[in-house]
Amino acid sequence: MRRLIPHPGLSVLLVATWMMMLNSLTFGGLFVGIIIGILLPIFTAPFWPGRPDVNFRAGIAYFVLVVWDIIVANFQVAAIILFKRNRDLRPAWLVIPMELDTPEAITVFAGTISLTPGTVSTDVSACGKFLLVHALDAADPDAEIARIKARYETRLKRVFA
Amino acid sequence: MIDLGILGEIAIAAMLVLGGGFALVGSWGLVRLPSLMERLHGPTKATTLGLGGILIGSMLFFQLEQGTWTVHELLISLFLFITAPIAANLVAKVHIHALRARHTPTVPGPAGAPPPPPSGADWATHEAPHPGTPASTSEN
Repeated sequence: MRRLIPHPGLSVLLVATWMMMLNSLTFGGLFVGIIIGILLPIFTAPFWPGRPDVNFRAGIAYFVLVVWDIIVANFQVAAIILFKRNRDLRPAWLVIPMELDTPEAITVFAGTISLTPGTVSTDVSACGKFLLVHALDAADPDAEIARIKARYETRLKRVFA
Repeated sequence: MIDLGILGEIAIAAMLVLGGGFALVGSWGLVRLPSLMERLHGPTKATTLGLGGILIGSMLFFQLEQGTWTVHELLISLFLFITAPIAANLVAKVHIHALRARHTPTVPGPAGAPPPPPSGADWATHEAPHPGTPASTSEN
């Protein structure tokens, strides 16, 4: 079983994506979807040598939080673009020290930062311990770093336990 | 469907206007923000909700007017959530690379040049990721 379905989460995601692309629930479509869901993880196995265990319940809670933050972020960035003059803007580089230690967790962390309020992740350090982030309007960079770490990193540590 | 029709049309139109408005604000941000790194914030965020609003409007239209279910919009937003940060990340990496190489048209924005990481290693754009760290892409 382990050899046939090495990555059950990816298989379920592939079947779900396939069914959504078909936009209909038919037995034939499901059959092809399951074949894809089994074959693709086997063929792509070399690309994810050491995968972390994912806590799916914490992951779904994290996803809901991020979607909510994206909506809030849109209004905040729109307000900055419309109402804040360029000379009042305080852009800054943030260097965020990370406790996450798997490539998957760091990727999700960086993606979250790019999608949420006024921050775009730019680069990771060669030692994998720091993330370079550009903030659109950060009057207090240290407080911003603490906020990002408390809001996203502590939750991600639970997802990729 | 008759009494729901006008309410449905109002809801669909509201989502379309909201989405179009956010897409417009995101594009306006591209024009007026001071430098490249600030301009990146427009397309990664304001546009996400812009497209999201239009897609929700599309889902409502198929549900209320045509009476059919469609989930393609959810897929589009999923792919957008995956690709938008990567596109922004690549543009940002090219920017700091051009800053380091002192390409003449590239100047640091109001935030200045990015600081080096405190650990002594450089950013992964300038230095190969150390083996055995999460920044490395292969297991050796």
